[in-house]
Amino acid sequence: MLPTPDTSHVSYERIYEPAEDSFLLLDTLSTPRETAFLTSRFRNEPLPLVLEIGPGSGVVIAFANAHAQLLFGTREILTAAIDVNSYACAATNTTVGKAASEHASTHGTYLGTAQGDLVAPLRDGAVDVLIFNPPYVPTPELPRWPTATDMVTSVANPSFQDDSYLLSLSYAGGVDGMEITDRLIESLPRVLSPKGCAYVLLCAQNKPEEVKHRIRGFGDQWRVDMVGSSGKQAGWEKLQIIRVWRE
Amino acid sequence: MKILSLNFLTCAVKACKSSSASYPLHPKDAELVQDDIELNPQLLVNLMPRIDWSALSTTATELGFPALPAQPPTPEELEADEQKLKDLHNLLMQTQIMEGKLVCGNCGHEYAVREGIANFLLPSHLV
Ligand SMILES: [Zn+2]
Repeated sequence: MLPTPDTSHVSYERIYEPAEDSFLLLDTLSTPRETAFLTSRFRNEPLPLVLEIGPGSGVVIAFANAHAQLLFGTREILTAAIDVNSYACAATNTTVGKAASEHASTHGTYLGTAQGDLVAPLRDGAVDVLIFNPPYVPTPELPRWPTATDMVTSVANPSFQDDSYLLSLSYAGGVDGMEITDRLIESLPRVLSPKGCAYVLLCAQNKPEEVKHRIRGFGDQWRVDMVGSSGKQAGWEKLQIIRVWRE
Repeated sequence: MKILSLNFLTCAVKACKSSSASYPLHPKDAELVQDDIELNPQLLVNLMPRIDWSALSTTATELGFPALPAQPPTPEELEADEQKLKDLHNLLMQTQIMEGKLVCGNCGHEYAVREGIANFLLPSHLV
Protein backbone atom coordinates (compact mmCIF):
# COMPACT_ATOMS: atom_id res chain seq x y z
CA MET A 1 0.00 0.00 0.00
CA LEU A 2 1.58 3.30 -1.11
CA PRO A 3 1.25 6.19 1.34
CA THR A 4 -1.75 8.53 0.90
CA PRO A 5 -0.84 12.21 0.38
CA ASP A 6 -1.24 14.53 3.36
CA THR A 7 -4.29 16.80 3.02
CA SER A 8 -4.31 18.20 6.57
CA HIS A 9 -4.06 21.77 5.20
CA VAL A 10 -7.37 21.52 3.26
CA SER A 11 -10.53 23.39 4.43
CA TYR A 12 -13.25 20.79 4.15
CA GLU A 13 -16.06 23.33 4.65
CA ARG A 14 -15.60 24.32 1.00
CA ILE A 15 -13.52 21.51 -0.54
CA TYR A 16 -14.55 17.86 -0.89
CA GLU A 17 -12.90 15.75 1.80
CA PRO A 18 -11.13 12.59 0.57
CA ALA A 19 -13.59 9.73 1.02
CA GLU A 20 -14.23 6.14 -0.03
CA ASP A 21 -14.40 7.17 -3.72
CA SER A 22 -11.03 8.98 -3.57
CA PHE A 23 -9.39 6.01 -1.87
CA LEU A 24 -10.88 3.60 -4.40
CA LEU A 25 -9.15 5.61 -7.14
CA LEU A 26 -5.81 5.41 -5.30
CA ASP A 27 -6.21 1.66 -4.77
CA THR A 28 -7.23 1.07 -8.38
CA LEU A 29 -4.41 3.10 -9.93
CA SER A 30 -1.87 1.17 -7.86
CA THR A 31 -3.15 -2.36 -8.58
CA PRO A 32 -0.65 -4.56 -10.45
CA ARG A 33 -3.11 -4.72 -13.34
CA GLU A 34 -3.31 -0.95 -13.80
CA THR A 35 0.37 -0.21 -13.20
CA ALA A 36 1.19 -2.88 -15.81
CA PHE A 37 -1.33 -1.35 -18.23
CA LEU A 38 -0.05 2.21 -17.73
CA THR A 39 3.61 1.22 -17.85
CA SER A 40 3.34 -0.75 -21.08
CA ARG A 41 0.91 1.64 -22.76
CA PHE A 42 3.10 4.71 -22.32
CA ARG A 43 6.56 3.08 -22.41
CA ASN A 44 7.33 4.57 -25.83
CA GLU A 45 5.34 7.79 -25.50
CA PRO A 46 7.26 10.93 -24.57
CA LEU A 47 6.12 12.25 -21.17
CA PRO A 48 2.43 11.35 -21.00
CA LEU A 49 0.15 14.03 -19.53
CA VAL A 50 -1.84 12.77 -16.54
CA LEU A 51 -4.70 15.16 -15.89
CA GLU A 52 -7.28 15.06 -13.12
CA ILE A 53 -10.60 16.82 -13.50
CA GLY A 54 -12.10 17.99 -10.20
CA PRO A 55 -9.19 17.11 -7.89
CA GLY A 56 -10.81 18.75 -4.81
CA SER A 57 -8.19 18.30 -2.06
CA GLY A 58 -5.72 17.09 -4.70
CA VAL A 59 -5.22 13.72 -3.01
CA VAL A 60 -5.50 11.64 -6.21
CA ILE A 61 -3.32 13.70 -8.56
CA ALA A 62 -0.78 14.21 -5.74
CA PHE A 63 -0.67 10.42 -5.37
CA ALA A 64 -0.23 9.83 -9.11
CA ASN A 65 2.50 12.48 -9.30
CA ALA A 66 4.36 11.39 -6.14
CA HIS A 67 4.37 7.72 -7.15
CA ALA A 68 5.02 8.18 -10.88
CA GLN A 69 7.90 5.73 -10.80
CA LEU A 70 5.70 2.99 -9.33
CA LEU A 71 2.55 3.62 -11.37
CA PHE A 72 4.15 4.35 -14.75
CA GLY A 73 7.55 2.70 -14.39
CA THR A 74 9.15 6.10 -14.99
CA ARG A 75 9.33 9.55 -13.40
CA GLU A 76 8.94 11.06 -16.85
CA ILE A 77 5.26 11.97 -16.68
CA LEU A 78 3.57 15.36 -16.62
CA THR A 79 0.70 15.97 -14.20
CA ALA A 80 -1.92 18.70 -13.99
CA ALA A 81 -5.50 19.31 -12.88
CA ILE A 82 -8.55 21.47 -13.53
CA ASP A 83 -11.16 22.27 -10.88
CA VAL A 84 -14.16 24.59 -10.97
CA ASN A 85 -13.50 25.66 -7.36
CA SER A 86 -10.56 28.05 -6.96
CA TYR A 87 -9.98 26.95 -3.36
CA ALA A 88 -9.61 23.38 -4.61
CA CYS A 89 -7.04 24.56 -7.20
CA ALA A 90 -4.93 26.18 -4.48
CA ALA A 91 -5.33 23.17 -2.14
CA THR A 92 -4.27 20.83 -4.95
CA ASN A 93 -1.09 22.85 -5.57
CA THR A 94 -0.18 22.46 -1.90
CA THR A 95 -1.10 18.76 -1.69
CA VAL A 96 0.91 17.89 -4.81
CA GLY A 97 3.90 19.91 -3.59
CA LYS A 98 3.92 18.25 -0.16
CA ALA A 99 3.60 14.73 -1.56
CA ALA A 100 6.32 15.36 -4.15
CA SER A 101 8.76 16.61 -1.51
CA GLU A 102 8.07 13.49 0.57
CA HIS A 103 8.77 11.27 -2.45
CA ALA A 104 11.70 13.15 -3.93
CA SER A 105 13.06 10.19 -5.87
CA THR A 106 9.83 8.93 -7.48
CA HIS A 107 7.68 11.96 -8.40
CA GLY A 108 6.77 13.29 -11.85
CA THR A 109 6.63 16.85 -13.20
CA TYR A 110 3.62 18.82 -11.98
CA LEU A 111 2.55 21.66 -14.29
CA GLY A 112 -0.15 23.24 -12.14
CA THR A 113 -3.89 23.37 -11.64
CA ALA A 114 -6.21 25.69 -13.55
CA GLN A 115 -9.74 26.75 -12.70
CA GLY A 116 -12.21 25.76 -15.40
CA ASP A 117 -15.21 23.83 -16.63
CA LEU A 118 -14.10 20.20 -17.10
CA VAL A 119 -11.79 19.95 -20.15
CA ALA A 120 -12.88 23.25 -21.77
CA PRO A 121 -9.40 24.91 -21.77
CA LEU A 122 -7.56 21.86 -23.15
CA ARG A 123 -6.26 21.40 -26.67
CA ASP A 124 -7.49 18.49 -28.75
CA GLY A 125 -5.68 15.23 -28.04
CA ALA A 126 -3.75 16.74 -25.10
CA VAL A 127 -4.51 14.15 -22.43
CA ASP A 128 -2.91 10.72 -22.05
CA VAL A 129 -4.44 9.70 -18.72
CA LEU A 130 -7.57 11.46 -17.52
CA ILE A 131 -8.85 10.86 -13.99
CA PHE A 132 -12.33 11.94 -12.90
CA ASN A 133 -14.07 11.47 -9.57
CA PRO A 134 -17.27 13.27 -10.59
CA PRO A 135 -20.18 14.83 -8.76
CA TYR A 136 -22.13 11.55 -9.00
CA VAL A 137 -24.94 11.86 -6.46
CA PRO A 138 -28.39 11.96 -8.11
CA THR A 139 -30.06 15.29 -7.29
CA PRO A 140 -33.36 16.83 -8.48
CA GLU A 141 -31.38 19.51 -10.27
CA LEU A 142 -27.82 20.68 -10.82
CA PRO A 143 -26.45 23.61 -8.86
CA ARG A 144 -26.16 26.70 -11.05
CA TRP A 145 -22.94 26.21 -12.98
CA PRO A 146 -20.44 28.94 -12.03
CA THR A 147 -19.18 31.59 -14.42
CA ALA A 148 -16.08 33.77 -14.19
CA THR A 149 -17.79 36.59 -12.29
CA ASP A 150 -19.50 34.30 -9.73
CA MET A 151 -16.22 32.89 -8.60
CA VAL A 152 -14.59 36.29 -8.19
CA THR A 153 -17.36 37.42 -5.85
CA SER A 154 -17.27 34.22 -3.90
CA VAL A 155 -13.53 34.33 -3.33
CA ALA A 156 -13.60 37.98 -2.30
CA ASN A 157 -16.29 37.49 0.29
CA PRO A 158 -16.77 33.87 1.36
CA SER A 159 -19.90 33.08 3.31
CA PHE A 160 -21.55 29.94 4.57
CA GLN A 161 -23.86 30.05 1.56
CA ASP A 162 -20.89 30.21 -0.80
CA ASP A 163 -19.21 27.33 1.01
CA SER A 164 -22.23 25.06 0.78
CA TYR A 165 -22.63 26.07 -2.88
CA LEU A 166 -18.98 25.16 -3.61
CA LEU A 167 -19.41 21.82 -1.85
CA SER A 168 -22.59 21.09 -3.82
CA LEU A 169 -20.58 21.42 -7.04
CA SER A 170 -18.39 18.56 -5.84
CA TYR A 171 -21.20 16.04 -5.33
CA ALA A 172 -24.48 17.07 -7.04
CA GLY A 173 -24.84 15.17 -10.31
CA GLY A 174 -28.41 15.93 -11.42
CA VAL A 175 -30.46 13.24 -13.21
CA ASP A 176 -29.05 9.76 -12.40
CA GLY A 177 -26.06 11.66 -10.98
CA MET A 178 -24.78 11.66 -14.56
CA GLU A 179 -25.30 15.18 -15.94
CA ILE A 180 -21.69 16.29 -15.38
CA THR A 181 -20.13 12.87 -16.02
CA ASP A 182 -21.98 12.60 -19.34
CA ARG A 183 -20.53 15.93 -20.45
CA LEU A 184 -17.03 14.70 -19.56
CA ILE A 185 -17.53 11.37 -21.33
CA GLU A 186 -18.78 13.13 -24.47
CA SER A 187 -15.56 15.15 -24.53
CA LEU A 188 -13.24 12.11 -24.32
CA PRO A 189 -12.94 11.59 -28.11
CA ARG A 190 -11.77 15.20 -28.39
CA VAL A 191 -9.28 15.46 -25.54
CA LEU A 192 -7.74 12.00 -25.31
CA SER A 193 -4.57 11.32 -27.31
CA PRO A 194 -4.66 8.23 -29.59
CA LYS A 195 -3.13 6.17 -26.75
CA GLY A 196 -5.11 8.08 -24.12
CA CYS A 197 -7.24 6.47 -21.44
CA ALA A 198 -9.64 7.72 -18.78
CA TYR A 199 -10.44 6.49 -15.27
CA VAL A 200 -13.94 7.53 -14.25
CA LEU A 201 -15.70 6.72 -10.99
CA LEU A 202 -19.37 5.68 -11.11
CA CYS A 203 -21.86 4.77 -8.40
CA ALA A 204 -24.65 2.19 -8.73
CA GLN A 205 -27.32 4.91 -9.28
CA ASN A 206 -25.40 6.16 -12.32
CA LYS A 207 -26.58 3.03 -14.23
CA PRO A 208 -23.02 1.95 -15.04
CA GLU A 209 -24.03 -0.65 -17.63
CA GLU A 210 -25.82 2.03 -19.67
CA VAL A 211 -22.80 4.31 -19.36
CA LYS A 212 -20.49 1.58 -20.68
CA HIS A 213 -22.89 0.91 -23.53
CA ARG A 214 -22.86 4.61 -24.52
CA ILE A 215 -19.05 4.64 -24.52
CA ARG A 216 -18.84 1.50 -26.70
CA GLY A 217 -21.20 3.34 -29.05
CA PHE A 218 -18.41 5.85 -29.82
CA GLY A 219 -17.02 3.33 -32.32
CA ASP A 220 -15.37 -0.04 -32.85
CA GLN A 221 -12.06 0.93 -31.33
CA TRP A 222 -13.49 2.10 -27.99
CA ARG A 223 -13.07 -0.14 -24.94
CA VAL A 224 -14.39 0.14 -21.40
CA ASP A 225 -13.73 -2.14 -18.43
CA MET A 226 -14.47 -2.07 -14.73
CA VAL A 227 -11.00 -1.98 -13.15
CA GLY A 228 -11.88 -1.31 -9.51
CA SER A 229 -14.93 -1.58 -7.24
CA SER A 230 -16.02 -1.38 -3.63
CA GLY A 231 -19.05 -2.50 -1.63
CA LYS A 232 -21.81 -4.71 -2.96
CA GLN A 233 -25.45 -3.60 -2.76
CA ALA A 234 -28.03 -6.15 -3.90
CA GLY A 235 -25.39 -7.77 -6.10
CA TRP A 236 -24.21 -4.48 -7.65
CA GLU A 237 -21.00 -2.62 -6.92
CA LYS A 238 -21.74 0.49 -4.85
CA LEU A 239 -18.80 2.31 -6.44
CA GLN A 240 -16.75 1.31 -9.43
CA ILE A 241 -13.94 2.69 -11.53
CA ILE A 242 -14.15 2.25 -15.27
CA ARG A 243 -11.19 2.54 -17.58
CA VAL A 244 -11.98 3.90 -21.07
CA TRP A 245 -9.48 3.58 -23.92
CA ARG A 246 -9.08 2.92 -27.63
CA GLU A 247 -7.48 -0.14 -29.22
CA MET B 1 1.56 27.33 -13.44
CA LYS B 2 4.59 26.28 -15.41
CA ILE B 3 5.17 27.82 -18.85
CA LEU B 4 5.01 24.23 -20.12
CA SER B 5 1.26 24.24 -19.26
CA LEU B 6 0.68 26.61 -22.17
CA ASN B 7 1.63 23.75 -24.53
CA PHE B 8 -1.66 22.04 -23.60
CA LEU B 9 -4.01 24.99 -23.04
CA THR B 10 -6.20 26.94 -25.41
CA CYS B 11 -9.19 29.27 -25.30
CA ALA B 12 -12.17 27.78 -23.44
CA VAL B 13 -14.64 29.29 -25.93
CA LYS B 14 -15.91 26.46 -28.11
CA ALA B 15 -15.97 28.51 -31.31
CA CYS B 16 -12.27 29.39 -30.86
CA LYS B 17 -11.07 25.76 -30.87
CA SER B 18 -11.08 25.54 -34.67
CA SER B 19 -9.13 28.79 -35.11
CA SER B 20 -5.32 28.58 -35.20
CA ALA B 21 -5.27 32.08 -33.65
CA SER B 22 -6.52 30.64 -30.33
CA TYR B 23 -3.18 28.87 -29.72
CA PRO B 24 -0.92 29.57 -27.99
CA LEU B 25 -2.58 31.86 -25.46
CA HIS B 26 -0.63 35.11 -25.11
CA PRO B 27 0.67 36.09 -21.66
CA LYS B 28 0.03 39.72 -20.75
CA ASP B 29 1.38 41.66 -17.76
CA ALA B 30 2.85 38.39 -16.55
CA GLU B 31 4.69 38.19 -13.23
CA LEU B 32 7.07 35.24 -13.26
CA VAL B 33 8.89 33.33 -10.55
CA GLN B 34 11.77 30.91 -11.00
CA ASP B 35 11.71 27.64 -9.03
CA ASP B 36 14.97 25.92 -8.27
CA ILE B 37 14.75 22.51 -9.90
CA GLU B 38 17.60 20.16 -10.68
CA LEU B 39 18.41 19.98 -14.39
CA ASN B 40 17.57 16.60 -15.94
CA PRO B 41 19.01 16.54 -19.49
CA GLN B 42 17.36 13.24 -20.46
CA LEU B 43 13.94 14.51 -19.40
CA LEU B 44 14.33 17.60 -21.59
CA VAL B 45 15.49 15.55 -24.57
CA ASN B 46 12.51 13.22 -24.17
CA LEU B 47 10.16 16.17 -23.73
CA MET B 48 11.02 17.75 -27.10
CA PRO B 49 8.60 15.62 -29.21
CA ARG B 50 5.73 16.83 -26.96
CA ILE B 51 6.47 20.50 -27.50
CA ASP B 52 4.84 22.65 -30.16
CA TRP B 53 8.07 24.47 -30.95
CA SER B 54 6.72 27.44 -32.85
CA ALA B 55 4.14 28.11 -30.12
CA LEU B 56 6.86 27.87 -27.47
CA SER B 57 9.02 30.30 -29.46
CA THR B 58 6.15 32.79 -29.52
CA THR B 59 5.61 32.41 -25.77
CA ALA B 60 9.31 32.73 -24.96
CA THR B 61 9.60 35.95 -26.96
CA GLU B 62 6.42 37.41 -25.47
CA LEU B 63 7.71 36.74 -21.96
CA GLY B 64 11.06 38.41 -22.72
CA PHE B 65 13.19 35.26 -22.85
CA PRO B 66 15.98 35.03 -25.46
CA ALA B 67 14.62 34.04 -28.88
CA LEU B 68 14.58 30.29 -29.53
CA PRO B 69 16.17 28.89 -32.70
CA ALA B 70 13.78 28.46 -35.63
CA GLN B 71 13.97 24.67 -35.48
CA PRO B 72 13.74 22.50 -32.35
CA PRO B 73 17.10 21.00 -31.37
CA THR B 74 17.70 17.35 -32.25
CA PRO B 75 18.41 15.02 -29.29
CA GLU B 76 22.12 15.00 -30.23
CA GLU B 77 22.30 18.80 -30.45
CA LEU B 78 20.52 19.23 -27.15
CA GLU B 79 22.65 16.67 -25.30
CA ALA B 80 25.81 18.35 -26.54
CA ASP B 81 24.81 21.93 -25.74
CA GLU B 82 24.80 22.71 -22.06
CA GLN B 83 23.65 26.30 -22.54
CA LYS B 84 20.67 25.20 -24.63
CA LEU B 85 19.75 22.64 -21.98
CA LYS B 86 19.96 25.27 -19.25
CA ASP B 87 17.87 27.75 -21.23
CA LEU B 88 15.14 25.23 -21.96
CA HIS B 89 15.18 23.93 -18.40
CA ASN B 90 14.80 27.46 -17.12
CA LEU B 91 11.96 28.27 -19.51
CA LEU B 92 9.97 25.03 -19.32
CA MET B 93 10.68 23.57 -15.90
CA GLN B 94 11.63 26.43 -13.58
CA THR B 95 9.47 29.35 -14.71
CA GLN B 96 5.96 29.83 -13.35
CA ILE B 97 3.41 32.47 -14.25
CA MET B 98 2.05 33.75 -10.94
CA GLU B 99 0.01 36.82 -11.94
CA GLY B 100 -1.22 38.37 -15.15
CA LYS B 101 -3.49 37.36 -18.00
CA LEU B 102 -3.62 34.84 -20.81
CA VAL B 103 -5.17 36.31 -23.94
CA CYS B 104 -6.88 34.45 -26.78
CA GLY B 105 -5.63 35.68 -30.16
CA ASN B 106 -8.96 34.80 -31.77
CA CYS B 107 -11.71 36.24 -29.53
CA GLY B 108 -9.51 38.52 -27.42
CA HIS B 109 -10.83 37.13 -24.14
CA GLU B 110 -8.42 37.61 -21.23
CA TYR B 111 -8.11 34.82 -18.67
CA ALA B 112 -6.84 36.08 -15.33
CA VAL B 113 -3.96 34.34 -13.55
CA ARG B 114 -3.85 34.83 -9.79
CA GLU B 115 -1.47 33.17 -7.37
CA GLY B 116 -0.35 30.85 -10.15
CA ILE B 117 -3.89 29.71 -11.02
CA ALA B 118 -5.42 30.61 -14.38
CA ASN B 119 -9.19 31.03 -14.37
CA PHE B 120 -10.77 29.58 -17.51
CA LEU B 121 -14.37 29.94 -16.34
CA LEU B 122 -16.16 32.06 -18.91
CA PRO B 123 -18.37 35.08 -18.25
CA SER B 124 -22.02 34.17 -18.77
CA HIS B 125 -22.24 35.89 -22.19
CA LEU B 126 -19.55 33.55 -23.58
CA VAL B 127 -20.80 30.24 -22.09
ZN1 LIG C 1 -11.04 32.68 -27.77
